[in-house]
Amino acid sequence: MTKSPSVLVIGGGSTGTGIARDLAMRGLDVTLVEKGNLTHGTTGRMHGLLHSGGRYAVSDQPSAKECIVENRVLRRIAGHCVEMTGGLFVQRPEDSDEYFEQKLEGCRECGIPAEVLSAEEAREVEPYLAKDIKRAIKVPDGAIDPFRLCVANAASAIEHGARIETHSEVTDVLIEDGEVVGVEVTHKSGSGPYVHGQPGEVEEIRADYVVNATGAWAGQVGDLAGVDVEVRPSKGVMTIMNTRQVDTVVNRCRPKGDADIIVPHETTCILGTTDEEVEDPEDYPEEGWEVDLMIDTLSELVPMLKDARTIRSFWGVRPLYEPPGTGTEDPTDITREFFLLDHDQRDDLPGMTSIVGGKLTTYRMMAEKISDHVCEKLDVEAECRTADEPLPGSEDFTVLRDYMDDFNLRSPIGRRSVQRLGSRADDVLNSMEPNPVVCECEAVTRAEIHDALESAGTDLNSVRIQTRASMGNCQGAMCCHRMANELAPEYDEPTVRASLDDLYQERWKGERHAMWGEQLSQSALKHMLHATTMNRDEDPASADGDIDFAAFDGGAVTDGGRTGGSNGDN
Amino acid sequence: MAITDDVLVIGGGIAACTAALSAAETGARVRLLAHKKSTLRQASGLVDVLGYAGGDGPFADPFAGLDSLPDGHPYSVVGEDGIREGLRIFDEAVGDAYEGSHTDSNALVATHGGTVKPTARYPESVAPGLASASGDMLLVGFEGLTDFDAPVAADHLTAGGVPFDVRGTTISFPKSFRSDAKVTRFAKALDRDEDVAGGTVRSVLADTVAAELDGADRVGFPAMLGDDHDEAVRDELADRLGVQVFEVPTGPPSLLGLKLEDMLFEALDEAGVRISSGNPAVDFEANDGRIETVLVDQKSRLTPYEADQIVLATGGLVGKGLDSNREHVTEPVFGCHVPHPADRYEWSDSDAFGDHAFARFGVVVDDQLRPTTEDSESQFENLRAAGGVVGGADVAREKSASGVSLATGAVAGRLAGEEASQ
Repeated sequence: MTKSPSVLVIGGGSTGTGIARDLAMRGLDVTLVEKGNLTHGTTGRMHGLLHSGGRYAVSDQPSAKECIVENRVLRRIAGHCVEMTGGLFVQRPEDSDEYFEQKLEGCRECGIPAEVLSAEEAREVEPYLAKDIKRAIKVPDGAIDPFRLCVANAASAIEHGARIETHSEVTDVLIEDGEVVGVEVTHKSGSGPYVHGQPGEVEEIRADYVVNATGAWAGQVGDLAGVDVEVRPSKGVMTIMNTRQVDTVVNRCRPKGDADIIVPHETTCILGTTDEEVEDPEDYPEEGWEVDLMIDTLSELVPMLKDARTIRSFWGVRPLYEPPGTGTEDPTDITREFFLLDHDQRDDLPGMTSIVGGKLTTYRMMAEKISDHVCEKLDVEAECRTADEPLPGSEDFTVLRDYMDDFNLRSPIGRRSVQRLGSRADDVLNSMEPNPVVCECEAVTRAEIHDALESAGTDLNSVRIQTRASMGNCQGAMCCHRMANELAPEYDEPTVRASLDDLYQERWKGERHAMWGEQLSQSALKHMLHATTMNRDEDPASADGDIDFAAFDGGAVTDGGRTGGSNGDN
Repeated sequence: MAITDDVLVIGGGIAACTAALSAAETGARVRLLAHKKSTLRQASGLVDVLGYAGGDGPFADPFAGLDSLPDGHPYSVVGEDGIREGLRIFDEAVGDAYEGSHTDSNALVATHGGTVKPTARYPESVAPGLASASGDMLLVGFEGLTDFDAPVAADHLTAGGVPFDVRGTTISFPKSFRSDAKVTRFAKALDRDEDVAGGTVRSVLADTVAAELDGADRVGFPAMLGDDHDEAVRDELADRLGVQVFEVPTGPPSLLGLKLEDMLFEALDEAGVRISSGNPAVDFEANDGRIETVLVDQKSRLTPYEADQIVLATGGLVGKGLDSNREHVTEPVFGCHVPHPADRYEWSDSDAFGDHAFARFGVVVDDQLRPTTEDSESQFENLRAAGGVVGGADVAREKSASGVSLATGAVAGRLAGEEASQ
């Protein structure tokens, strides 16, 4: 028996995990390495729109057509990651009629179901739309949870024999006799089943083929191999509201522009976005005016946003790519299509292909294309099955259930848990007794935290993105330490403390973009709970120097003796 | 016709209660106008005076740190005498329910996060658990309560260098509740000593803990040992275990904070303070630099309250005594001046535990605790401020929240009462 050909995939975002799943299902020996946790890059920092294709129906029809095809596929294979909210392209009086007609025509040309609604009909769908809107086009946009999607792809890949390594950064591409033969990775701290190396350990992983699926970071990996991959990272801001002002994806119907979309996502709405080219995908300014722009511009569509509460903002970088020599100046004009760069053909460097461009909605199709390409290179004949086989969690599942009877959970908690877990709900929710609620804002129970910990190790930010714990209104004020406590007794106290600090600081970073009004009150309360009540800012376990405990009050002496301990007063 | 008093205190927390008690001591006729539940349900119930300042601490003597505080700190306005005045009023209001008044020194109390923190007054139920007292400790947590993990807290205390052995254990509560049951449900079961398999809640709990005791001198539980009958619950557990039993203060909903609120309101009743609660003060009428009427929103009808002297004790950002939007920070009732950086990104520090400007937001007061205008003139001659609405203190990092409320409340209340009686 011959050994299956081996493939190394770099990048743990939607594309990388999608490729790992696809190739593993085709019987190849797959290893995926990711420098952070899954979704560490762009996948974890997007607005969660499941495109109908409507956004590209005028400017980029090939992308629009791909979107509507994949929109239907994902509803089928990833039901537990998708909420079909529907979408509207809303025209304001100052927006062009001509463009509205082009949009409608474009949708029809691309096979995107599109229906014109009068202003009155649109406001029946979304009552908080501005009174003076002119009309709208209804399309099948939706919301998708990119975290859940990636984790499900990784889980499926593992089921099919793949090895997934997070916290493992590629520090060199191995080239022998003019051919890529593998990579060198440096393991970082992190634990759990996705991490097998020791921190600081350098490992050579050899493979018959290497796929660079690092998106906005593809140029950096290309540099390691000595090839140019001209990605043009472009940043965009997303501002999260504390509630769902809209239940439908609301787009502004005009050619292009910043701040033109509102995506309802779980308990929140996400306002987006901007499009500005940056040099380094990890180091770029995050500025208040961008947040202001979201609120001010989008309140033209939904006026109540003006005074609504935002809970944080975050930025992501798009992995835009255009073939050398195209010379597009404005990043909003760069195509959203994806490109497969075969470095053998392109740079005389066999053994490696990069995949760049594209978008989350078409991740599976991108994965299929590159998997076909890899199989062709390796002379493997195997059909792609990812469009037909549901992801773990999205298998046949009856959603009507009695949460109280099934899981001893009140209905709102049970309903939300089941939405997140899909067909895995029984296995997960019945794994713990008792199963208390850890995060009250997002209704996350201990069982779900532990399920996420299985893949997250000690990385609570990974638990957060899998479960939404600490992502609600209080931004972890009430639950960061509870989440950390769940690491014990498997991990020791210093690990619990370090993981808590990581999560707490990460939450603070995004909250700072929302610190006014109600959310500033919330942040002040958080500061009081963690600094005053818990005294975490002056933790003697982390501070230099010892405390002279004997110098402090050891309790009063009363009739029956000291009310404190047995001695120690001054 | 308007409701008329000598002193009207607006607010319902520690500062407001202290101001009202202090004003009542002068013989003035006092009314407390409280909007809604105070923020005490979110507070641990510990009464901190000063633990850290100018990079130093924890202070064994809270008064030793006063000189290290920045200019404009409320303590520098009221001085050590003001702090002592606040503590005296507090001690008289709560009686035996709190300890710590026998000494000037801070105690170190174990927090539910496993650190220790310097505090000046602590509930009776917390006293046996001081980290600044010796005696080997067993901490007990419950499987269904996620806020307090006893083994983690115990290991954390050990890492912090406490001078005794401390172990933690997690047990099942004798009675099982729904997954989202709150701490109050556990407390009720202990209050009522509900029947469970093998006995009652208290007896079965004591039996379970006894098996884990292993020589410990004192046993600590999260602060949920009863609500209405807390003393009986502790006494019974201590009797059955033969060791001291104590509570570890927790976050919200904090039973210790709620009990403190009840005690303060009882003291107000005893002092003859009139209480109007449930409606917010929203506006005022002034004439010639004096506030004549405070307007209260009672179901959308504005009801006037008249008083000779007014104390504003509506709290800081948490208590909504301060409000903000993307450009400005404001004091919403009287429009008092609240200094703040123009760029809202300078309101907070990038480090979560850094030096946040927002922590010090509040009105600026003169030496009579009167809020001042941008030009440092008192805004109204008969308006004083106390507690969180007063700026200049980072009470969270200093561990001075209750102390600032007590001291400014005591002084503002006394000055208001004295002036009204003239």
